[in-house]
Amino acid sequence: MPTTTDTLPITSSDDVVRVRQKVRVRATEIGLSLVDQTKLITAASELARNTLDYGQGGHADIETIIAERRGVRVVFRDRGPGIPDIQQALTDGFTSGNGLGHGLGGARRLVDDFDIQSAVGAGTTVTIARWKR
Amino acid sequence: MMAPVLGWVHGVKGENLATTDDSQSLASLFAGRESDILASWVSTLNVGEIRMTRQEAESQGRAVLDALAKAVAHGNSSDMRGAEYADVRDVLQGFSRTRALQGFSPTETATFVLSLKRPLFEQVRKTTKSEHAFDRLSSISELIDRLGLFSVETYQKTREELIARQGKEIEELSTPVVKLWEGIVALPLIGTLDSGRTQVVMQNLLETIVQTGAEIAILDITGVPMVDTLTAQHLLKTVSAARLMGADCIISGIRPQIAQTIVQLGVDLNVVSKATLADALALALRRTGRVVTKIKAHSSATSQQQPAETRG
Amino acid sequence: MDSIPILKIGSALLVTIQVDMHDQLATRLQDDLTEKIVLHRARGVLIDISALEIVDSFIGRMLANIANVSRLLDADTVVVGMRPEVAITLVELGLGLPGVKTALNAERGLALIGGVSAAGEAADDADDD
Repeated sequence: MPTTTDTLPITSSDDVVRVRQKVRVRATEIGLSLVDQTKLITAASELARNTLDYGQGGHADIETIIAERRGVRVVFRDRGPGIPDIQQALTDGFTSGNGLGHGLGGARRLVDDFDIQSAVGAGTTVTIARWKR
Repeated sequence: MMAPVLGWVHGVKGENLATTDDSQSLASLFAGRESDILASWVSTLNVGEIRMTRQEAESQGRAVLDALAKAVAHGNSSDMRGAEYADVRDVLQGFSRTRALQGFSPTETATFVLSLKRPLFEQVRKTTKSEHAFDRLSSISELIDRLGLFSVETYQKTREELIARQGKEIEELSTPVVKLWEGIVALPLIGTLDSGRTQVVMQNLLETIVQTGAEIAILDITGVPMVDTLTAQHLLKTVSAARLMGADCIISGIRPQIAQTIVQLGVDLNVVSKATLADALALALRRTGRVVTKIKAHSSATSQQQPAETRG
Repeated sequence: MDSIPILKIGSALLVTIQVDMHDQLATRLQDDLTEKIVLHRARGVLIDISALEIVDSFIGRMLANIANVSRLLDADTVVVGMRPEVAITLVELGLGLPGVKTALNAERGLALIGGVSAAGEAADDADDD
């Protein structure tokens, strides 16, 4: 099954822009609706910024999937300090309206699939995906 | 699976010894006998029961038999997913899809396929020695069962797609956005507001706001039977989204029970609400700087001006 | 990508964001705006985001910051031209843009600045239809 994967480094805010642009290209290829595209790219932007700001830089793997379902999956990886309390990070963020916290909860609401692996001192890996309806 | 019959194993290597033998047997069963099988099949069909005409049964049956004969001739009599069965799958899929879309029952659909067993069993009886008959019958039975199951699965999937499509249509039909006046739109919400519908509602509303340049959106929930925390959240989301586009919202049609529920839930709706759509319209007109006045009727009043009177 | 142009329209400043903003650009914009609000005694800041396909928390924070600073300098901030899909996404994200007024377009936005509302001007267009 044909898929493409691009791996982009995330070491500057220009890289965050590049991640957004690449995700948009892939989302358009797959044919995601405009709203779904916007949600996915926004989530990717949030997570890319997290990788930069909290993860001390890392990578994003952007993959198109063409199988039974078609979709786009993005994996953000960093070797940063890790998240001590994932549950809290998921509930923090925008609920307090001040943009503190990792904003993970918000990003999760924007995607179909969301997975996070993180441990203190071992870095963080966040996987998100959106599928064509 | 089947135990290989010693007399039939001729040093064939590979996983599916049974398969090769079965398919040899099935292939020989079909060879040159297709029209007999077809005729027998069609005659055993209770066409009334499965609601097919004779011609339909014949042409469908022929298609299935042709494809099936090809498949077993290539040496595969058990794995329906193999490439040899592509034609069989196509024919059965086409048949099942049509049945599903036309509203036939799953039984009617499957019976057509399953009734192929009997004519094939008859052939076995005519052509096979009794000591091998059981094995042949078993493998035919299994094969036809699989074809039957495949048809039913296709049928199911088709029904599910149909239902999903109809669901979407209903969603879209039941969330019309109505322009009440220059700059004022109304969204009469009917039914429950789940997250899927909320997305459709928001999209419709926001697009209409852009197209009509609306400053005020009236969300009328008279037709929403029940408001729980989730529904309230969805309402709030819709209001927030409209606000981001520069439109103010008014909620109308809150029934007394709903009002109580909302208070009990502790939800802060943070939006102006009016009891009726009419009240909301009056407010919206005021807010957009309009006053509606009654025109004094002359002796021959011909024109229909606004009957209601509202003063800001 | 040096800086974003700031136009003066009457007593308001108009900023049109058309590019993907990175950190330095955002900081530069906020600095420039602050300076110009004072310089021109602007009553309001209009930020046109109709070209933005994505508004994430970074942009959201920038807009909120601009609104906060402007308010301290006695100017209103109005964000105009948000795209529907962006609004839907922001709402899902939970980003509220506190303290930021919004309008459909620049014309409406201008009417919002300085407390002059559209209602005040529409005295005699009761039956447009």
